Amino acid sequence: MKPAEFEYHAPETLGEVTQLLHRFADEARILAGGQSLVPMMNLRLARPEHIIDINRVAELEQFSVQGGTIRIGALVRHCAFLNVPTDDPLGRLLATVAHNIGHVPIRVRGTFAGSIAHADPASEWCVVAATLDGELIAESNAGQRLIPAARFFLASFTTDLKADEMLAEVRLPLLGDTARFGFGEFSRRAGDLALTMVLAVLWLDGGRIEKARIGIGGAANRAMRLPQAEALLNGQSPTPALLRQAGEVAAESFSPIEDIHASAAYRRDLVRALTRRALERALS
Amino acid sequence: MAWVGRSLRRFRDPVLLRGEGRFTADLADGAHTVRFVRSPVARGRIIAIETGHPEQTFTATDLAGLKPIRPLLHRPDYVPVDQPILATDRVCYLGEPIAAVIGETPEQAEDLAAGVFVDIEPENAVVDSDQALAPDAAAVHPQAAGNVLIEGKIRTPGVDAAFEAAAEIIEIEIRSHRQSAMPLEARAAHAAFDSASGRVTLTASVQMPHMLRTGLADILGMAEADLRVVAPDVGGAFGQKMSLAPEHAVVVWLARKLRRSMRWIEDRRENLMASFHSRDQHYVVRGAFDADYKLLAIDADLRCNVGAYSCYPVTCGVEPLMAMAEFPGPYDFQEYAVRARGIATNTCPVAPYRGVSRPVITLALERLMDCAAERFAVEPVEIRRRNLIASFPYKTVTGLEYDEGSYRQAIEMAEQAVDLAAFRIRQCEARGDGRYLGIGFSVFCERGGYGTPAFAARAMDITPGFETVEISMDPSGFVAARIGASPHGQGLETSLAQIIADELGMAPERIRIIHGDTDRTPYGWGTFASRSIVISGGASKRAAEKLKAQLCEVAAERLQADAGQITIKDGRAMVQGGDASIALSELARAVYHQSHQFTSRDEPALTARATYDPFGTFSNACHAAIVEVDPETGQIDIERYVVVEDAGRLINPLIVDGQIQGGVAQGIANALFEEIVYDADGNLLTTLLMDYLVPTAAEIPEIEIYHLETTTGASITKAKGIGEGGTIGAPAAVLGAVSDALAPFNTGIFEMPITPERIRALLRDGA
Repeated sequence: MKPAEFEYHAPETLGEVTQLLHRFADEARILAGGQSLVPMMNLRLARPEHIIDINRVAELEQFSVQGGTIRIGALVRHCAFLNVPTDDPLGRLLATVAHNIGHVPIRVRGTFAGSIAHADPASEWCVVAATLDGELIAESNAGQRLIPAARFFLASFTTDLKADEMLAEVRLPLLGDTARFGFGEFSRRAGDLALTMVLAVLWLDGGRIEKARIGIGGAANRAMRLPQAEALLNGQSPTPALLRQAGEVAAESFSPIEDIHASAAYRRDLVRALTRRALERALS
Repeated sequence: MAWVGRSLRRFRDPVLLRGEGRFTADLADGAHTVRFVRSPVARGRIIAIETGHPEQTFTATDLAGLKPIRPLLHRPDYVPVDQPILATDRVCYLGEPIAAVIGETPEQAEDLAAGVFVDIEPENAVVDSDQALAPDAAAVHPQAAGNVLIEGKIRTPGVDAAFEAAAEIIEIEIRSHRQSAMPLEARAAHAAFDSASGRVTLTASVQMPHMLRTGLADILGMAEADLRVVAPDVGGAFGQKMSLAPEHAVVVWLARKLRRSMRWIEDRRENLMASFHSRDQHYVVRGAFDADYKLLAIDADLRCNVGAYSCYPVTCGVEPLMAMAEFPGPYDFQEYAVRARGIATNTCPVAPYRGVSRPVITLALERLMDCAAERFAVEPVEIRRRNLIASFPYKTVTGLEYDEGSYRQAIEMAEQAVDLAAFRIRQCEARGDGRYLGIGFSVFCERGGYGTPAFAARAMDITPGFETVEISMDPSGFVAARIGASPHGQGLETSLAQIIADELGMAPERIRIIHGDTDRTPYGWGTFASRSIVISGGASKRAAEKLKAQLCEVAAERLQADAGQITIKDGRAMVQGGDASIALSELARAVYHQSHQFTSRDEPALTARATYDPFGTFSNACHAAIVEVDPETGQIDIERYVVVEDAGRLINPLIVDGQIQGGVAQGIANALFEEIVYDADGNLLTTLLMDYLVPTAAEIPEIEIYHLETTTGASITKAKGIGEGGTIGAPAAVLGAVSDALAPFNTGIFEMPITPERIRALLRDGA
């Protein structure tokens, strides 16, 4: 439960970070909140030769709304979202989701972007980014690269980031006044990683669903949207039968992971129930 | 006013709450760190052990002079198996210690351990008890073909006739998955070598310091006088820290061999894989009932997976033999057939865990009653009322004698507390809304405070049971009681002081309880098995009575009266009906400093010693749980939890409530959350607290407690043991409630922990 030896670096600018990444590539890991990396190092599941601590890089603290998007720098902590960060429905969505992340100490230290770069399939922020088609800004010595969420999450703990890139910022689009959302997750204990979570966002036009977004986490090997369930809802007037059907379609439209915490069949059960409930919550 | 019966706050709590407790790791600064290289496989042959640092690495070859751990029962149906301190030519479970390395720091020790290469030729492991009993199963130990290490049997002559005469026979199968006692502080040991005397002081997180010293001295071939065992603050134990572990022997051996201090502070992963497990049991139980739903007979096959080795000193008989003897529980029946087996597998050894088998036997009996109630279409409370023992003393079919209890009163009080009739209406209405509520009752009696006769009945080579207390008053008038019990969170420093305070007519704050140090306390058995308040409390009372007699003698001499005329109250000795009195502090000082003035005492001391060794008491309780089950996700929410408990006289009601609350929390953990999982090859899948789910305060409901206080003649303080009751009762209450909630789906719950996923699987199968 003690880490193997490593060299510690504490750069103060983004330029220094990318230079270190360029130099050490695979041998280096970025330390932001450390809520996943440090336990993995203590268990010696991760044995990086170099730790690049970015906590002194002031420019990564950016947290602002600009031109229809919210920009979240790599040092913005989970707890920053607990106070609704914007009047747009996105603000309440982020605050609601943030309450489901771990425990208070985790929320105080862990970062939004760190959670996304770590790409745990059960990360709430990965689900938000995937569902809302967020944009991920990667920085390297070669410059900036913008990656759409749909192409970013490849598999469990695997992203499109290259060894010499760091995730410097995440951009999420504001939703607009017609948007409603429902979020639900199922975990065995308060604060546990979710066995499954579902985020539903509906844009309403009168009594009709103009557009639907449904994203899941913890159930498949990555956070993802469920386009078949979305398509079922687009343009429809919501009825209990429609929402139930959306749950059924959602449950069958992904490939579940299996581990000691839940079988594939049980994860489908959870997606079925949580999808319907998230939709009900969005419409209530 | 008496001190006994008051809810005094525990004396030790402020220290612990301020973080000023002194645990083994706090006391181990400056020592070298020992780390164990453990078997990465469940079963195999060791081909070679290679290390780049031979001077810092120790294997079985180095320990050749040590005796193995040899737990013994003197029974023909017990197969003794020696456990090597470090694995010799084969490994029998994942996590078995193979080598020890020594580093300057924990980090360095981990580096060294990672550098030891053990070449093992793996063999097919036997993991599950059913698999171990299969005719073609490999033998875990060659001397135990068939893998049965202990087998107990009872068959009363009338059992077959009872089943033939039965109106209904109910058969159920119960599975309890493997669990860990999960103390907050994992195991820890610090062996300090004193080069001047050659003595070793082993400071360790343990429950039985005297027993550990004896066991280690035997293994190491050293004089017990050269080993001192100290149990400082212990961060929970729950049975896991009763047993002598190979690691203890290695740490002491290394300290003597290298003449340096050594520490081993177990990490959580080691604790989950290589400390002791528990509750891995599989029962098939048949009950014969007459037409008036009276239980006539039980026929039970009790299979306990005891892991790779027997534990020392209580042996692997602890689970099966207790299950066999105590299976009848609170119910009146006199025909009984049972076969109870302890089955060896290639898994971590099993040892006692709070409740020992009784959570599972209570689950089995109570689910049997629920199923019978369903068959007879009567309320579960009604069938229990019909069968509960109502007159005392009562002798069970297994020969146990129950002292006075309140079995029927307890369930009736619980029924009132939950308002069963109103609940049935609410349950019915909720089902109409698609919500599934259920209620479960769990009635049991808990054997506690048992002395040597109970352990002798198991034919244990080492027969625990008595407790001794040495009490003395110093010249300042303060009292020190040195006890062989070894409290570690039970608040015994407070409750024993209350007992002594009443005898001596003085405030508990002036009484110190000294424990957990073989140099400073009389030989005793430590704290386990709900024994300390009864046995150490009884010995404290007796010792205090003797000291009081001495005080009366010297007070009489000083006050020129007869000893019989002296009463002691509020810290003063006084002559009844007169004005003469003397403060105990003044009296004590005189006894030591003016001893020439006293002729009544042969020695200038106020000191006494007493032992208590009772047959045992049976406390009793009824738990009732109300749950809601979400059939779509399988989620279980406990809406209400009620405990009606009869612990006899309550020495300190606050402590009793704390014991019940903590026990119920662990019982709920057993019922709903905690499970050690091995794969088919014996690899452990639950090595972290991310995987082994210990519930938090958020998952545990408020626990409502009601007390009955039946007076017992079986305990000289009138107190009964209740340390394990919470864990014993909770699984049956919770699983009964979940079964009741799911009654519309025609599915019963017979497996613990019952998880949301298991519920969904049952509902899918039923659908």
